[in-house]
Amino acid sequence: MTEYVLAAIILSGLATWLIRVVPFILVKRFTLPAWLVEFLSFVPVAILTAIYVESLLTYRPGQWPGVNIANLLASLPTFLAAVISKNLLVIVIVGIASMAVIRLLGWA
Amino acid sequence: MDDELTWRSGFKDVLPTVFGYIGIGLAFGIIAKTSRFSVLAAVLMSLIVYGGSAQFVMVSMLAVHSPLGAVVLSSALINARMGLMSMTVAPLLQRESLFQNITAGSLLTDETFALTMNKLNHAGRTLHSSWLHAANLAAYLVWALATLVGAMAGQLIPDPDVLGLDFAVVAMFIGLLYLQVITDRTHPLVKQVGIAVFVAVLMVILMRFMAGNLAILAATVLGCLFGMAVSRHD
Repeated sequence: MTEYVLAAIILSGLATWLIRVVPFILVKRFTLPAWLVEFLSFVPVAILTAIYVESLLTYRPGQWPGVNIANLLASLPTFLAAVISKNLLVIVIVGIASMAVIRLLGWA
Repeated sequence: MDDELTWRSGFKDVLPTVFGYIGIGLAFGIIAKTSRFSVLAAVLMSLIVYGGSAQFVMVSMLAVHSPLGAVVLSSALINARMGLMSMTVAPLLQRESLFQNITAGSLLTDETFALTMNKLNHAGRTLHSSWLHAANLAAYLVWALATLVGAMAGQLIPDPDVLGLDFAVVAMFIGLLYLQVITDRTHPLVKQVGIAVFVAVLMVILMRFMAGNLAILAATVLGCLFGMAVSRHD
């Protein structure tokens, strides 16, 4: 491992750690204003939707994003499993199996 | 998921997310190795940077000898959304010691954050560091171990993509998003669905102009502002 790679790992790790930890230190010292508490109450649904939709799209610089057909197809049985089972382990296993079947059949 | 906030319960609740860490961790190890990184470098990246997409981007940038500053800036931007997640979790641990806050924050990920938000719906909107430490630690160790196996075995093990393992993490987000929307009582169902639709449309528009990781950050901020605006009219 070169010094360049090690430096990149340590500095990126430090930056990421600060991003993760500084909010905890600030919140411990100061009480958040009401508007920020309200703003943060929407973070779960907003960020989970954003992360999921990102996995359905492929970024193409200068163009509209493409659609990740495999992920979109595998989402359907997975969503059905969520509605029926409401159990995260079942949902994940159905998702993995759906994707394996889609690849096996050569659909995507 | 129950209302217990113990170590034991944390290990039990984190189990479904482990498949996602195994699939992506193996893939990361294999890609790092095939990009001529040593096993040690791959594992150190998983232990020190500990951020899925940031690590993949780092490997591709380091492989072409991008400037150090550009690599660090990219990782920071990709992980910027962690700040929003930390700020959302932090008030729940405000009464615990600074040490517990720092250790819990150090290992927070997309997955353990989402799991925590779901747990709140079952545990009367309270949290205890024991539960979060257990979930965080299990996720961290599985991630590092999967990276190690991926980097050591390299091409010897079957491509995790063929087995559908790469979809584990997407499936988990589908599950956590659905369970979040149907069980979170802090906002009415219709408002949560409205925000989800708004953010989804925004993602398509934003990804016309920026990479996915930045779009996630921008769409989340705008989605939360949208939620606040809608609440004003209630």
